[in-house]
Amino acid sequence: MTDTVNRPSLAELLDRMAGLEREALPAIAAAADPEELERLRIRYLGRTAGLLSGVSGSLGLLPAGDRPAAGAAFARATAAIRARLDERAAAVAATRRAAAPPLDLTMPGRAVWQGGRHPVTVVIDEVAAIFRELGFTIALGPEAESEWYNFTALNFPPDHPALDLHDTLYLESGALLRTHTSPVQVRTLQAYPPPVRVLVPGNAYRRDFFDASHAPMFVQIEGLAIDEGVSFVDLKATLTHFARRFFGAARTRFRPSFFPFTEPSAEMDVECRICGGAGCRTCKLTGWTEILGCGMVHPAVLRSAGVDAERYTGWAFGMGPARVAQQRYDIPDIRELYDSDVRVLAALAR
Amino acid sequence: MNASVHWLSAFVDTGLSPRALRELLTARVATVDAVERVRIDLAGIVVARVVEAARHPDSDHLWVTRVDAGGPELLDVVCGAPNVTAGARYPFAPVGTTMPNGLAIERRKIRGRLSNGMLCSARELGLGTDHEGIMPLSVDAPPGTPLLDAMPIGDTRLVVDVLPNRPDLLSHLGLARELAAATGRPLRDPSIPGAPAPSAVVPSVTWAAGSAPAAGVRVTVEDPGDCPAFLGAVVRGVRIGPSPEWLVGRLATVGVRSVNNVVDVTNYMLHGYGQPMHAYDLRRLAGGEVRVRRARAGESIRTLDGSDRRLDPSMIVIADAERAQGIAGVIGGRESEISADTTDLFLEAASFAPGRVRAARRALGISTDASYRFERLVPAVSPAETCQVALRLLVALAGGEVAPPVALVGRRPERPAPITLRSRRVAQVLGVPIPAGESATLLRTIGFEATPAQDTIAVVFPWWRTDARTEIDLVEEVARLRGYDSVPDELRPYRLGTVPDDPLVARSAALRELLVGRGFLEIRPMPFVGPGAGATVRVTNPLADTESYLRPDLLVSLARRAEFNLARLEGNLRLFEIGTAFRAVTGSERPHEETRVAALCMGARRPPHFTEPEPPSWDEWDAKALAHDVAGVARPGVRVELAPDGGNGTLWRVLAGEGEADGAGAREEIGRVVRVSLDAPPWAAPAFGVEITVAATPSAPVAPPGEQAFAAPIAPPARGAGPRYRAQPSQPPVRVDVTLLVPDDVSAGAIERRLRASGDTVLERVELVSEYRGVSIPAGHRSLTWRLTFRHGERSLREKEVEARRDKLLRALESELGVRHRTT
Ligand SMILES: [Zn+2]
Repeated sequence: MTDTVNRPSLAELLDRMAGLEREALPAIAAAADPEELERLRIRYLGRTAGLLSGVSGSLGLLPAGDRPAAGAAFARATAAIRARLDERAAAVAATRRAAAPPLDLTMPGRAVWQGGRHPVTVVIDEVAAIFRELGFTIALGPEAESEWYNFTALNFPPDHPALDLHDTLYLESGALLRTHTSPVQVRTLQAYPPPVRVLVPGNAYRRDFFDASHAPMFVQIEGLAIDEGVSFVDLKATLTHFARRFFGAARTRFRPSFFPFTEPSAEMDVECRICGGAGCRTCKLTGWTEILGCGMVHPAVLRSAGVDAERYTGWAFGMGPARVAQQRYDIPDIRELYDSDVRVLAALAR
Repeated sequence: MNASVHWLSAFVDTGLSPRALRELLTARVATVDAVERVRIDLAGIVVARVVEAARHPDSDHLWVTRVDAGGPELLDVVCGAPNVTAGARYPFAPVGTTMPNGLAIERRKIRGRLSNGMLCSARELGLGTDHEGIMPLSVDAPPGTPLLDAMPIGDTRLVVDVLPNRPDLLSHLGLARELAAATGRPLRDPSIPGAPAPSAVVPSVTWAAGSAPAAGVRVTVEDPGDCPAFLGAVVRGVRIGPSPEWLVGRLATVGVRSVNNVVDVTNYMLHGYGQPMHAYDLRRLAGGEVRVRRARAGESIRTLDGSDRRLDPSMIVIADAERAQGIAGVIGGRESEISADTTDLFLEAASFAPGRVRAARRALGISTDASYRFERLVPAVSPAETCQVALRLLVALAGGEVAPPVALVGRRPERPAPITLRSRRVAQVLGVPIPAGESATLLRTIGFEATPAQDTIAVVFPWWRTDARTEIDLVEEVARLRGYDSVPDELRPYRLGTVPDDPLVARSAALRELLVGRGFLEIRPMPFVGPGAGATVRVTNPLADTESYLRPDLLVSLARRAEFNLARLEGNLRLFEIGTAFRAVTGSERPHEETRVAALCMGARRPPHFTEPEPPSWDEWDAKALAHDVAGVARPGVRVELAPDGGNGTLWRVLAGEGEADGAGAREEIGRVVRVSLDAPPWAAPAFGVEITVAATPSAPVAPPGEQAFAAPIAPPARGAGPRYRAQPSQPPVRVDVTLLVPDDVSAGAIERRLRASGDTVLERVELVSEYRGVSIPAGHRSLTWRLTFRHGERSLREKEVEARRDKLLRALESELGVRHRTT
């Protein structure tokens, strides 16, 4: 029985919806602040207790034939109220803004901390990017090495002064801390057949006291290119190209040098950027800045790595990115690169 | 190696300026680090032009002049020289200059007239004895030019960086030989003023093994391995005195002080010919004997520098019948030193084992010009080759006669076998074809014997070239003699390499990108630590106790760097490093190395702003989220979980792989999140650290010598690993907050796991949004609120439906974990 009593007719429902709409629209138009508008939204459209939502609960009770008409009317009424609410909310907000004191737009924005790569990493990344264009990939190797990889395989005679306890840091286990990244030449050639074109950035160690220009640990970038027909011409061409890209339109020169693991060996200089080659204090009046050591890989090194030294030739170089970073950022004391003063690092990261 | 330009020109007349010599030596031979004017005491003197000269009104011999010294205005200078002439140029010492005799030039009044500097005579400048007047200059240099630049005054020193493979360049003869080759000028023997003909002085010298007489002295070498050649000569009737000016000057240029004529001759031989020599006072050598032997245990000697030195049997000494009179190759003894009344002397020229000399020099802590050369090898032939020059010079400067015979103990070195140089090899290495004839000609210019045949050359090394004697050394010589600048630098085609990028490279770059984006600054500290704190890899010869181990983890380095910054009153720190941690491995020569990433944060999370003057500090929850993100980048595609760890400062252990928190499943501990304990001032905020292992290093293959290895410890990512595209639903979400009353023995993690494990397919997100303890909450409990987000992929969710799902979850939580829903 209660069933029939509470079942509304279509006309009744349409009437109720129209009534609610008539009541709501002037109230919305009169609302003066966002809180009032929110109260009205809940009153008419609230999901659980809203008046219009209450009507929607009755839609299901209508005869099936009446439901589309009632549903359409419901949707229209809800949309109308929602539209009026949004419209009024925008108007209220605009009035508020007009009334509020103006923003002082000269005040600072809300910043976040700036991070940054280490200056030496920046140099490594730039060097690597140039060599990647020339087909080089990046190889890595261990920092603790055997004497064989660090010296013997690289053609150091057994009585070479570098093997001495005075110059090299040894570990209790008998290994040593590699004095250069060159052992990775041998490791790479043992593992991969030519052609090999790799760049090897990494830490190296010397038994040096820590002062303004020496550190017991330093970063080195090694390069290696081995194949049939790779010659001193390729060495000069590739490294000159690198210098032009990295240092701008700089002139280079190659002068004789000596390393046990290369022959012929050379040092590559680029024209001093401070004096343009005229000679200044920075370049010790030479007009040149020393950049890297290089040379044709010694046949004994290739043989150590199991490579046919008659068939294959190649070249290698080694450079110190810390020196380049020092020059680029005018860092007078190499210890700054290790101290990790956040003020220094943050200033260089910009 | 210091070289005198005058001395070099005695060997070869290149006609080149010091600057040009520098360029040539650097390009072809060895780098010249510096070119130094020897008369640096004249650095302040400039060229000046006298514009006007008039008699001093109050003097009959003084002149009042107006001088152009290069400045903006003419200077008034009073001068007493009779030869001052208007229009002429003279050396001028401006106010403020210090003269070679130490006199400081000041502005002063002379007979009432102000004088601003001094026009100089040759004697005042140490350039001659003429003091009759000021020194007229026949140069065109503009006024103000430094005198040293305007005139060839004095000698010039070249500081040459001679590398270890070329000890033959450690002498003026050696450098001159290269200069002669590079310029095409002849190499000559410097004339020795007043020297007798060679044959009149030096008897012929013959090799004798073990022992030989030198006049009345028996010379014995106990071990030819220590001393491959020892030449001894007795000279009688010498007069000790000063050396002539040319010798004093040359030695001064290379930095050697003149002692007396005999000692200066030995130094002349060392710097001129690369053969160190030593002269003993014959009277002081006991028993008519000179013996090259090892020092006896406990033996000591007072050396030329006046120190008493304790010797040991690893050192070679030159002894008489009783005691050591010199340390072989390093320094002579005081007792047998040449003195003013020496009349008879014993001259030594020898070759010693480089390793022994180096060890003795290091053990004794003295380095001499002689030890420097012996360490780099003085060839066994050298004493015999150089003794004639030395003895002729000695007799010319100190008189006396060489008493025959001269002893030469040792075995004559064999003539080296010829090395074959193939033109094909030259072209292969240098990239340019060089005809055999051209290579042979180049090699001959510096003393190689080169016999070309078809496409090969048979080459014999000269005795002074002690560097390695292989074909590749000859290729280098050809390249060097031809000039490295003669090789073109055109880029030629190349083949791609076979080596893939090390997987660590990309991973490190991604980690840097992440951390830099989060406001962290990268550091590159040294990996040394002191003992303790878990360090296992000991350095046997550290330079400091604080550097006696390699670090077991990275956070220890970050902590020290944080303390460094705190000491500078900087407490807002965000540091990170990608570096190596070391662990000793029993039975392995090399320690285990891991590449790790570590980050340390403390202090304000953001810079202060007027809306937030005291920003919150980094806390545990920042560190936890950071660890999650870092681990996700360090181990892409691997599930990472942070397991709570109440341990010693550790907050969470970072676990990777599939499995449960209780340890079930194969999971690897890859790192940790910690509270970092620092030596910090009271104002410092707490510090948090994250450390994650990226991979074992090297990740590139490591093969034992002679073997090939291809195994890579970092596995390539599995097929299908990594994120995939997923269409996002456009249906509206429904959010429900549930507040739970949670007993303290139930963790939020357990509740959240249960919520996620519900299998409810429309439960999209579970977020913990509040934790509360307080008045309305019973003791031993807390109130936790989760925000649940439900969303169906295809349709809107009905309210009832959402409630049902929520209630189901609540029931499960209550029955399984004893957690009740808390209604407000
Ligand atoms: Zn410069």
